[in-house]
Amino acid sequence: MRILVPAAVLGLSLLSVAGLSAPVAIALPDDPTEFVDVPGGPAAEAINNNCRACHSASMVLTQPRLTRSEWTAEVVKMRHVYKAPVDPADDAAIIDWLMAMSEGRGPAPAG
Amino acid sequence: MLSRRHLLAAVAALPGARALAQDTVDLGLPGGPSKRRLTDDFPGKRGMILQRNTPALLETPLTAFNDGIITPNDRFFVRWHWPFPTEIDPARFRLRVDGHVARPLDLTLAALKRLPPVEITAINQCSGNSRGLFAPRIAGAQWAHGAMGNARWTGVRLRDVLDRAGVRAGAVQVRFSGLDAPVMDDAPDFQKSLAVDHARDGEVMIAWAMNGEPLPILNGFPLRLVVPGWFSTYWVKMLDRIEVLDKPDDNYWMAKAYLVPDTPDGGIPPGTKDFPKRPISTMVPRAFITSIAEGARLPVAPTPVGGIAMGGDSGVARVEVSGDGGTTWAAAKLGPDAGKYSFRRFDAVIAPARGPTTLMARCTNSAGTVQPMTGIWNPGGYLRGQVETTNVTFV
Repeated sequence: MRILVPAAVLGLSLLSVAGLSAPVAIALPDDPTEFVDVPGGPAAEAINNNCRACHSASMVLTQPRLTRSEWTAEVVKMRHVYKAPVDPADDAAIIDWLMAMSEGRGPAPAG
Repeated sequence: MLSRRHLLAAVAALPGARALAQDTVDLGLPGGPSKRRLTDDFPGKRGMILQRNTPALLETPLTAFNDGIITPNDRFFVRWHWPFPTEIDPARFRLRVDGHVARPLDLTLAALKRLPPVEITAINQCSGNSRGLFAPRIAGAQWAHGAMGNARWTGVRLRDVLDRAGVRAGAVQVRFSGLDAPVMDDAPDFQKSLAVDHARDGEVMIAWAMNGEPLPILNGFPLRLVVPGWFSTYWVKMLDRIEVLDKPDDNYWMAKAYLVPDTPDGGIPPGTKDFPKRPISTMVPRAFITSIAEGARLPVAPTPVGGIAMGGDSGVARVEVSGDGGTTWAAAKLGPDAGKYSFRRFDAVIAPARGPTTLMARCTNSAGTVQPMTGIWNPGGYLRGQVETTNVTFV
């Protein structure tokens, strides 16, 4: 953890009295977690290349078991709504990996 | 020599002890994955459930709510849609107020703090709090119950700021945005709007302090909107722009996201297509047992059951507790009233029978709304409000 300006120094009274204060800064932890190949299944290259620029791998790895149409909708939403530069040619590889990753997470969802 | 297990128990028993980096919690999400790491890695935060590193999603463990009705800043949940600045110079910061106003403003923090200060204790709860517990499960941040917190907010009335700018006739909404910004330039910036009458109701405020301290950067330094009784999506962090609109806001985050079915309880049968929707708004009553953990084994004896309750958009009028899975209920004793938008402590004592049972707490708010026993479902995983359960065994 690194705090350039400790919270204690920025006490409310000091802020109020001074009106202004020094810049406040924090350093966020790195997250090097990569997606890994599913043993005997799809490779993680496509999802690593397309899906970690905007969010950590944990956003995907914490998801429940989803249907192919639900995973597809997520990929399409990332591209169309959030403008993620996901190459449509990679969609199949990404979605195959997502399906294989989330298999075995509870009962298969309906639909 | 202490085993790791004993060491963990010893550390956990110390008041204010730091969670060890490798501690994990099981959130009990049906079908999983349910295990999460507890992290101390985020500046100014400790013992948080790591849902996502980037952009940060940090959840408060339910046990933290047993310590008091105020959630300490270092345990307060964190949720960002987009990357946000990690360094802010308060001297150079400006809050811009413009749009359909007589006098556009560029307010320094010092100028803002010359307006009459106000304080309110209010719960800030994510629209998707408890999403991970819905069945069928729903894609999105997989929160258990800890995407909420209760703080004493200090700041100024939004109305006072709008009055300085002079809202012009014909204004319909007020839009808020902060310093967070999309990764891709053409993606939708996070912006939320309130009706102009709501914005001017004297309760909605611009806060610069939380529990007597400047807002942590992770919770929106230097300013965030506080919208008492409404879900957190409207509590815009790092607020730097207020825009008065003369027509309804059609930006993505109002028109397409954070919508709930336009039904009385916001629920709809799973799989329903093409139904009317409305922007999510006010919270609903909830109660959480925080003194006893899921799966606990307890001796057969009179047993204290305590926790926190919220009324949603009104106060907590009554909390009842059941020690037999909802067959019988007894009124809990309510703790001090910190205002209708605050958590309220409840405590009861149950006389359990031997064997497995389900503990429950049920809140009735001051508008007379009672938590239902059965939950709703909607495709956003929003508005969960049914009576929650804690399964235990008395031995």
